[in-house]
Parts: sequence; C-alpha cells; structure tokens
Amino acid sequence: MDEKKKVKILSLGLIRGIIFQVVGSAVGMGFVMLIRVLMGLPAWNAEPVWVGGTFIGVLTFLIGVGAFSDWFKWAKGEETTDHPEADPSQPRWARYYNLSLDHKVIGVQYGVTSLTLLGLAGTFALIFRTELAEAKIQFLDLGAFNSLIGLHGIVMIAAILLGIGAMSNYLVPLMVGASDMAFPRLNAFAFWINVPGALLVVNSLFLGGFDTGWTAYPPLSARAPLGMQMFFLGVYVIGLSSILGSLNIIVTTIRMRTKGMNYFRMPIFVWAAVATSIIGLTATQLIALSFQMVMFQRLFGMGFFDPNNGGNVILFQHLFWFYSHPAVYVFILPGLGMISELLPVFSRKPLFGYKWIAVSSMAIALVGFFVWAHHMFTAGMEEYLRVPFMYSTMLVAVPTGVKFFSWVGTLWRGKIIFPTPMLFTLGAVSVFLLGGLTGPPNATVATDLHLHDTYWIVGHFHATMFGGFIFPFFAALYYWFPRVTGRMYNEKLGKLHFWLMLPAYYVQSLWQMRIGLLGMRRRIGDYDPALGFDNSQMVITVAGYIIFTAVSICIVNFWISAKKGQVAKDNPWNSRSPEWQLPTPIPDHNYVDHPFEVVGEPYDYGLEGSSYVKMLSTQPKAASAD
Amino acid sequence: MKHFVRVGILTTILTVLIGSGLDNLGLMPVLASVQGAAIDALFRKHIWVISFLFSLIIGFMLYSFVVFRRKPGEEGDGDHFEGHTSLEIAWTIVPLGIVMYFSFLGASALAETRRADPNAYNITIVGSQWSWRFDYTDYDFSSTELRLPIDRQSLLTLTSTDVIHSFWVPEFRLKQDALPGEGMERELRITPTLLGDYKLRCAELCGLEHAYMVSDVIVMEVDDFEEWVEEQIGGPSGDAAARGEEWTKQFGCVACHSTDGAERIGPTWFGLYESEETLVDGSTITVDDDYLFESILDPQATIVEGYDTVIMPPTGESMTEEQILDIVEYIESLTE
Repeated sequence: MDEKKKVKILSLGLIRGIIFQVVGSAVGMGFVMLIRVLMGLPAWNAEPVWVGGTFIGVLTFLIGVGAFSDWFKWAKGEETTDHPEADPSQPRWARYYNLSLDHKVIGVQYGVTSLTLLGLAGTFALIFRTELAEAKIQFLDLGAFNSLIGLHGIVMIAAILLGIGAMSNYLVPLMVGASDMAFPRLNAFAFWINVPGALLVVNSLFLGGFDTGWTAYPPLSARAPLGMQMFFLGVYVIGLSSILGSLNIIVTTIRMRTKGMNYFRMPIFVWAAVATSIIGLTATQLIALSFQMVMFQRLFGMGFFDPNNGGNVILFQHLFWFYSHPAVYVFILPGLGMISELLPVFSRKPLFGYKWIAVSSMAIALVGFFVWAHHMFTAGMEEYLRVPFMYSTMLVAVPTGVKFFSWVGTLWRGKIIFPTPMLFTLGAVSVFLLGGLTGPPNATVATDLHLHDTYWIVGHFHATMFGGFIFPFFAALYYWFPRVTGRMYNEKLGKLHFWLMLPAYYVQSLWQMRIGLLGMRRRIGDYDPALGFDNSQMVITVAGYIIFTAVSICIVNFWISAKKGQVAKDNPWNSRSPEWQLPTPIPDHNYVDHPFEVVGEPYDYGLEGSSYVKMLSTQPKAASAD
Repeated sequence: MKHFVRVGILTTILTVLIGSGLDNLGLMPVLASVQGAAIDALFRKHIWVISFLFSLIIGFMLYSFVVFRRKPGEEGDGDHFEGHTSLEIAWTIVPLGIVMYFSFLGASALAETRRADPNAYNITIVGSQWSWRFDYTDYDFSSTELRLPIDRQSLLTLTSTDVIHSFWVPEFRLKQDALPGEGMERELRITPTLLGDYKLRCAELCGLEHAYMVSDVIVMEVDDFEEWVEEQIGGPSGDAAARGEEWTKQFGCVACHSTDGAERIGPTWFGLYESEETLVDGSTITVDDDYLFESILDPQATIVEGYDTVIMPPTGESMTEEQILDIVEYIESLTE
C-alpha cells in the first residue's frame, strides 16, 4: 500500500502543461499583435491573433508537460535514459498525470482521456436530445444547437481515436513480445498533443461556436464565427497524434516481434492495428489540408473555396472526404479486430479462417481509399462520377462479410460462456451488423438521393460506430481490466451495463432510421409538429438517457473496483495470449525478465497439448498484487 | 447436419417475419413523382436482402448461444477446426456477385431519374439564407411558393446566393445541393404524380435558421397551373407601393423583414422610413430613399448597429431598378 504521499499540484505534468498553454497563448497573441504593428496593420484582429496565439499555446503546452525535454537534451549533446524511473516521492497514481515513456502508462492515459471525452460528447448529446424530444424550441436556441451537434461529432471522433490509441498502445507491444513501442518518446508526444488539441476544440464554444457541423463545409465555414478557427486548429493538432501513433504501431510490429512470432502467428488484433495505422499514417493529412485551406481563406483571402474568387466549393468536399471516409475504417477496424480476438477465448476454439480475417482488414483499408465520394452523391460533382463510386462502395461489403461469416464459424460448435466481455463482443457483432446492412441503400446512388442528410444516415453511422467501436471498446476494457489493475470489476454491474445499453441502442437506432425515411432531416434543432415525429423523438431521447446511465454505471464500477475490487487471478480468462502469461502487476519493460518464444498457433483452443507461447524465464511469477 | 437444417429453418422464419414486417410498416412517405418509383422499387429489394442477411447471421448466433453454450459443470473445449477454404471462397464470390448486381440495379435506377423531357417546364430555384425563391424563367416571374403541374416534367435548375443549400421534397424522393457561383447551377427533373400540398425543406446545414428554411410546394392540374401563371404575369398594378409589396413577396424579403414592427432577423420596415438609425461606426443617419435603395442593391455598404453579424443576401442584384424603387415606395408607406 502506498502511504498517503502529498503531491504538489504544480509537479503534475498535466497541470504544468495547461498553465503553460494558457500563458503561452497570451504571449503568443501578444507576439502576433507585435508583428501586425510592425507590418503597419492595426494590432488587434480577432482571427489572426487568436489563431496565431493559441497555436503557440499548443507548443508551450508540450514544453510544459515535458514532451520536448529529451529531444532538447539531444540537441544540446546531452544523454538521456531510455528507462526513466518514476519519481519515488510521488504516489503511484501521479505517473498517469505526467509524461511517461512506458507504453502501458500511455495506454491508460489514452483510455482515461477517451472515456472523459466520451462523457463530454455524450453530455452535449443529452443537451440537444432533451431539446429535440418535443417540437418547438424549449430552451436551446438554434445557434447553441448548431455548435453542440458539431462539438458532439468532433469530440466523439476524438474519443474514438483516443480509445483506439489506448487499445493499440497498451496491447501491441505486449502481444508481439516487445518491451515497449519502437519510439517511446514519440509515443508520449503523440498522446500529450491531444490535450491542447481538445482544449482548443472546446474553446470554440467560448468564441462564438460554429454553425457548420463537424464537416465544416465552406462557404458556410468561411463565414462562421471565430469558434470555427479553434475547431480547425484543434482538429489539425489532434490529427498529428493519429499520424505519429500510426507510425509507431507499424514500426513496432515490423521490427520488434519476438522469436517465432511470424506475421500469421501474431494475435489477430495486431493485424487490425496495423491496417488501421496504414490508413492513419497516410490519409489524415487530407483533413488537415482541407481545414488549413479554409483557415487561409479566412486569414489571407486565398479563395480556394470562394466562388467569387475563382474557388470551387466541391473541391473542399473531395479533399475532406478523402480522409474522412478512410477515417471511419480507422474507427471500426480495431474494434472488429477486438471481436476476432475475444470470440475464440470465450468459445474455446480456434478463430475461423485467421488468414482470411487478417487479409480482410487490409482489404477494407485498401478499398476504403476508393469510396470517398459516396458522401457527395448530391453535392453536384460530375454526374457520371457517382457510378464508379457506387461500385467501389458496394465492394467493401465483401471483406466485411468475410469477417461476419468467420465470427459465426468461430462460435459454431464451441463451448460458449457469457461473462461481460463476451456479452459486449456479441452485442458488437449484432449492432455492427445493423450498421453494415444499412450501408448498401446509401451506396446505390438513386436510393441515397432520398436517404442523404436524414436521420436514416444518423442511424446508420451511429450503428457502425457503436458496433465497430463502442461495444468492442467496452469489451476490451472489461476483458483487460484485471490485467491492467490486478483486480476484477463487478460482474453484476457489468452485465447491468450491457443489458441496459444494448436494447436502448437498438431502439435509438431503429427509431432514428424510421423517422429519417419519413422526412426527418439531420442537424435541425426544431422540426414541424405536423410531421408527427414527436413521439419518436421522445423515444430516441429516453434511449439516449438510458445509454448514458449505463455507461455511468460502468465508470463507477471501474473506479471502485480498481481500488477495492476482488484481487484477480493472473489469467482469469484462461487466454493463450502472451500478455496473460506475465505476473501481476506487469513488470516494467514487459518481457525483459520473462522472455518467450512462439511455438504454436495463437488460437488452438481445444487442441490437446498445444501451446502458443513458451516462457523461457526461470523467474517465478510474483505473488498477486496489492 | 441436423444443426444446419435447424438453423436454416430459423433463418427462413426470421427472414419472412422481418422482411414482411418491414414491407408492411409503410417505411416511406407517399410516393408523388415518376422519378421516385425506381427509387422505391430498389429500396424494397434492399430491405429484403437486409432482412435475409440479418436473419442469417443472427439466426446462427442465437442458435449457437443455446445449443453450443457451456452447460454448468461441463469441462473441455469446443470442436477444433481452423477454417474451410471452399467455404471462404464461396462466401467471398457470392457476396461479390450480389453487390455487383445491386450496383448495376443502382445505375439503372439512377438513369431512370435522369430521363429528360424536351418539353419540360423550366424553373430556377434560388436558395438563400434562409428562404427559397422560384424563378419561372419560361414566363419571367418569381414566386415564393413552388407550384408544379401534375404529370408534366419540370426541369429544376438549382443555385444559391451564398452557402450550400439542398433541395428535397420527401414525397418526390430526389435531392440535389444548390451551390453558389457562376456556372455551378445543378439540375433535377421532377414529374409529380399526385395532387396535393407538400413542403420543400432545405436538406444541407446552411447556418442559423436551416431548420426553418421551408417553402410550400403545390401540385396542381395543368389547367389550374396555367391559370395561376396568367395571374402572376398579368399586368402590374398602377400604384408603385402596391407593386412594391408584390415584389417583396416574390423575392422572399418577408422571410427576414416584418411589416408590423415584429423583430426578425432583419430590421422591421414598420416605421422605418424617416427614422434615425445608428450605424456600426457610431455615426447616425436618417433612413431616406437613397439609403433604402443602396441597402437593397448593396446590403453590406452601410450597416446599422446590431446587424453587423447578419448577412443579407444580394437579392437586389436580381431586381430591376424599377422594382427596387417600387419597394422603396412600399416601405415608405408603412408609417406609424
């Protein structure tokens, strides 16, 4: 047990970073004003001063949290250690608020931040869902509504990216037998840059908000309030995290697998993480570019998307969706990999068609680059272009189908048990099935002309997001909870979370799809009572509250169980995967004192006498953790 | 083998239940256009395939949860099999064929919606924040409501004066974004098939009042439509203020300006003439003929305090000088 150690607030990296960001932004704003005066312009102009100033604030945050420290030292010719010890005068929990090079700490940091943003975006949703429950405006004016839906969208996207960062960062090194990621400092940098980025995005609320939704189409975004710039800059910064994190995953997987871990003997989640990272590494630049072009149109009058200045509004949409479509495959591929990872453990039989599943993730990543204009069927691009994009979009259904059929094959003739992680895995399959099957009507252009920009689309993409990320993410959190904390979560509360969230989600989604078909448009804060949607809207709102409650129960469960939960066995799920063969808590640098080699297939459950990994160490496993 | 038979039966039952349930639920609004027929037919095919595939996967899963669950006290693992190559090939090739077929159906349906009638009526639809205007270019008049003749094709040319809007009448099914810029006009062809009153609601987020950017759509018998057209182009009144009132209705000014003192997005015209206003730069002016004329033609030239964040569309650019002068006369007539 740690004695109660006092912590100086200012010694925490997160706090130092935020203070540096605020001060740095103010100094940055002054700096921009000075440059303007030297150029003969009036000192104050809200846009350039805020944009330039807060950009500097992002850099100063990173300096304050220490993300540049080792690199500055190298520039000065000083040595640094690859294995910094945690400060012994601080309690154990403080390490999660500081810069750490340990991928397991970074994974938890990503996970907690993801859940925080999930709660924030969920709160935004409850606010506007409460307004929407009845026709006519009750309390939320249209301007505030527009900002909240836009923020809900982008904060949820950030929450998803961070949740994926949590799973990939924590698991990939452990799964391939590495002691850490290939580039630990880059890993820490990529995590911490999300904090100032998220603060910028939320700051948009205080600078007039933005009325465009997260898709930020010009000309509307070119004339939106100042909050729009905070949104653009924040997303720009968060995007960099995706790119750098992706690089790390790919290099770690290629270069740091342990003996015997050839590509088709890795845990399947690693394939999913690599496919995701290939997209993240190469496509993210396009959203940054498209946003930067609108920022420059606003700041410097460059008329990229201004029809009065030689610009074309459709160009933005091509550039934006070239990233944002592959992005949705980033959102779901890890979760689908998670489903593949957990089904064999709880069915006690092999993953059906491992190689086909591994290749299907790569195929989805590849085909995903060729479909972006299906978001633009009504946008006014060349009419004939819509047809090839329809064919390519329909094509994605094929590798996705391979996954579903393989999952059925994995369950078939198994010996299935249903603890909470398995419930969430199975729930994920059914919800993602709903989402995936409601895709083809959007892909065939003619039907999309009716469906585009309605609640049918809202139902479709929430189903793919819940099925492809939310449910699998909770499955992963429950499953690895004992590995990360050494304690078990409360199983009754876990099941309650599931049995509240699954039916509520189905109701929410189906009701949204129904009113969408009947004429309910997206992104409107009020709707005509004559449409008769009041009851459905109320049902959707109630479902939303139930989902929020269910997730809150989970957070409480994790919070209490992490401190007071029953001490867990080292391998409660009887998994063959290497991370479960380590003692509790997982030693610093993982397998350095507990090396292993791969001697068999990962998922040969049910094959007498077969092993996946053979631990080479003679170190006895430590007694269970405090 | 018996497992497959049982699952097959379960899947069939689920497919029929879900498919016919959805088929009879009345998923779509009433169909009121020729072009929508191909869309509804294709959507119906989608619904049946969705019902089948959902039932197939869920059927196998539910069956497995019951038949293949670990019974209390049971030891041991599941059946050890790693895959089945012919099955993998089959469930790659067959779905590939199905999706290619649906793509082909989609292309055919799209072609149906684009069939052109050379004798179509021509209407230019102008979207502005936050109202629609309908320019009947065959007859040289404008309206704030969209009236269409039944069973005749109308060629709608869509454009915008500011940001991206989108044309959608759910009963017609088709949707098309209205874009700003020269040469960015886009087309939709609609042949209404059902008399009645519908609503056109903007379907692309266009700013603050997007939710309320709505116009009436009336489908009429051809004779009634021609009669309405006659009334619109029938000689203008001799009185300038009365003509001005007509123009404000046709050009959609009343979406933002009230005539009774009520506060809307733009300043009310009631009592506006000869009043004193403070401008954004602090100076004061008296609202006279010249100021009103300038404000209609170039709304951003001189802005009154409090209205600097609201952008009035350049509607005046579509008007003749006489029309603007008529409107000024009309505003003048709205004294306290």
